Amino acid sequence: MSLEPLAFGGLSVVLVGSALAVVLVKNLFHAVLFLALALTGTAGVFLLLDAEFLAAVQLLLYAGGVVTIVVFAIVVTERLVGDRLGQTSRFIGSGMAVAGAVLVGLLLFIRQEPLAEVRPPLDGDVTRAIGDALLTRYVLPFEVLALLFLVTLLGALYFARPED
Amino acid sequence: MPLQAYLILAAVLFAIGLFGVFTRRNTVGILLGIELMLNAVNINLVAFARFNGDAAGFIFTVFTICITVAEVAVGLALVILIFRIRRTATADHLDLLRG
Repeated sequence: MSLEPLAFGGLSVVLVGSALAVVLVKNLFHAVLFLALALTGTAGVFLLLDAEFLAAVQLLLYAGGVVTIVVFAIVVTERLVGDRLGQTSRFIGSGMAVAGAVLVGLLLFIRQEPLAEVRPPLDGDVTRAIGDALLTRYVLPFEVLALLFLVTLLGALYFARPED
Repeated sequence: MPLQAYLILAAVLFAIGLFGVFTRRNTVGILLGIELMLNAVNINLVAFARFNGDAAGFIFTVFTICITVAEVAVGLALVILIFRIRRTATADHLDLLRG
């Protein structure tokens, strides 16, 4: 139990550092790799919160799937245009002002509320609880999600179809 | 760690993602910022679910993760399509709908 603050601190440093790298590095490809690091770190945070299933989903779908798709898109677009995609930033000052204002607002809000200091003991397996809830109470949204995926796949294929 | 620590971490990540969305010129870079923001929201959901002992937050996280993946797939397909037509990935150049 005493390892938790240590793990949380380490993960926080990795997460904030890689997130800053995602929004600040010039090379788009490096930004995607840092995003993969940030998403893997988030899977670690999920593990700290006893959600092993969600950590696995995070690694499979995000760190695996999303990063692959983004890398693929970068490669395809670079081939289409014929040169490297650099990326520059603009409005650094106003971006920092807006993001800082949102951050301060959120932190003030978090400070205001009385929040739980300790987590309740686990009653049963979280993965089992997720599975039970998905197929009983939340079965309709679950099926709608399947429909959404079908539509998404068709839509993405339609948009990215070969030129005729 | 108290719930507050997780919420503060998520708030910082959200602000960084927001900064990325505002400042990036490249459309793929903007998408990466959106990913960071959604990720911060997931941390919040899981933390609240764990500390309140309610599985609904975990379920919601499953849904947000899935929908984000769908969003990225469609978004990148759009980026590729725009690239084919306009030969650019810079958001400033995409002013087709400007009156």
